[in-house]
Amino acid sequence: MSDPEADAPADTGFDDWVESLADGGRFLECANGHGSLPPRRVCPECGSTDLSEASLPDTGEVATFSEIHVAPSGFGEDPPYVTAVVDFGPVRLTGVVRGLSADEVAIGTRVRPDAERNEATGNRLVVFRPA
Amino acid sequence: MSGVRVAGVGLTPFGEHAGRTGRDLFAEASLAALEDAGVPRDDVEHLNYGNFMGALAERQGHQAPLMAEAAGLRCAGTRYEEACASAGVAVREAVRAVRSGENDVMLAGGMERMTNLSTAEVTESLAVAADELFEVRAGVTFPGAYALMARAYFDEHGGDREDLAHVAAKNHANAVPNEYAQYRREVSVEEALDSPPVASPLHLFDACPITDGASALVLVSEEYAEEHDLDAPVAITGTGQGGDRLALQDRPEMSGTPAAADAAAEAYDDAGVTSDEVEVAEVHDCFTIAEVMAIEALGFFEPGEGIAAARRGDTTREGDLPVNLSGGLKAKGHPVGATGGSQIAEMTRLLRGDHPNSDAVADAEVGLTHNAGGTVASAVVHVLEVAE
Ligand SMILES: [Zn+2]
Repeated sequence: MSDPEADAPADTGFDDWVESLADGGRFLECANGHGSLPPRRVCPECGSTDLSEASLPDTGEVATFSEIHVAPSGFGEDPPYVTAVVDFGPVRLTGVVRGLSADEVAIGTRVRPDAERNEATGNRLVVFRPA
Repeated sequence: MSGVRVAGVGLTPFGEHAGRTGRDLFAEASLAALEDAGVPRDDVEHLNYGNFMGALAERQGHQAPLMAEAAGLRCAGTRYEEACASAGVAVREAVRAVRSGENDVMLAGGMERMTNLSTAEVTESLAVAADELFEVRAGVTFPGAYALMARAYFDEHGGDREDLAHVAAKNHANAVPNEYAQYRREVSVEEALDSPPVASPLHLFDACPITDGASALVLVSEEYAEEHDLDAPVAITGTGQGGDRLALQDRPEMSGTPAAADAAAEAYDDAGVTSDEVEVAEVHDCFTIAEVMAIEALGFFEPGEGIAAARRGDTTREGDLPVNLSGGLKAKGHPVGATGGSQIAEMTRLLRGDHPNSDAVADAEVGLTHNAGGTVASAVVHVLEVAE
């Protein structure tokens, strides 16, 4: 198959959002200032349906991380790899860390978001690079 | 509102049952529960059945009618799915059905078959309990998600891998006499520390094994128990359920489990007891850090105090509050969709006095079970009491 996603469900809102991370990224902001991630119709904090797009801060701080030694089959990433939850203030994102070994990552490490294609699955992949 | 009695419990041995079908496992547990209860099969009015990954592991959805048939029941069944809390919620809904007066006799439990898959396939199947878009695609495995929580816990409260190794050693020691446990052998703190990494900071002996098994309970109304002169001294007096955002990244904190705290608050209120009155607990220790966060969320320890509870001896069989006398998920095993029912079966045996570890809690009258789904985006808590 030429298109690796031909049989996959459509994840349009999500895929577009991951793609946007290559250009700095965005998040959804409700009328009351709560941050969340697309695709979404309702603010999970307050129920507001008045959501607008805002730009992500340029960098975020690692909130927690793990070096994964046993990977799922077919995921594509060669273990060990580092997964992190990164705090960007209004929202937090989970992704794979690039350009830093597990020893070089700590809680508080500053990173910037980026987007890649997971070649094994064809899915978009959230990645973090050293800021 | 009727009281609810546990009339009978049944379990398969937990472990590897290569070559056996899920229907055979559930039939074994169900028949054992019905025999233990002394309740005729035809009196069962509904099956509440928990299963999580059967569609992936056995290519079998629509399992409730299949399992009712396997157990020889001539009644309808419903499958409950709440990841690793599937059987917990199946039991909770059975309790609610009996209390409402709708049913007098319910069979509740669950089954999971996992060892026929490779480790990578199980890892993938369990990861389905996490957020597919925002976690699984970012490489977060089930152990990985608990590792993220463990590191957040260490950062916020302190504690280290050695504290966690004491949890593993405790639960393995408890499993030794339990005839249903998968790993009936002691594990030393050093052995746990030296095991290979799975998802840092968690190592192999911080994790529960991959397990096949089934659990079943016969739950009856107090009126039915009286009418039929059943020997059913243990009552489920409290039930509670809590929920949270599915993805860890969307929770205000990653070092605690508010869904379990909410479930516990509801169950305590329902039973009219406080956390101080609980004398023995079976908690969801799919990873050692999960037990730590559970005993804090359940109100047994302040946040930050749970990490060293096993090391201090507070939660060992000699301690004031023995936790996971069955061996826990860690050593007894974790057939995910069966676990919540198994915890209540073990607690019933502990309180009745016919568990091999009952002597550790000989006078106990109040026990608690805590069953969690995924990274505790769902939690079910039950309070069990000796009623007579
Ligand atoms: Zn809002």
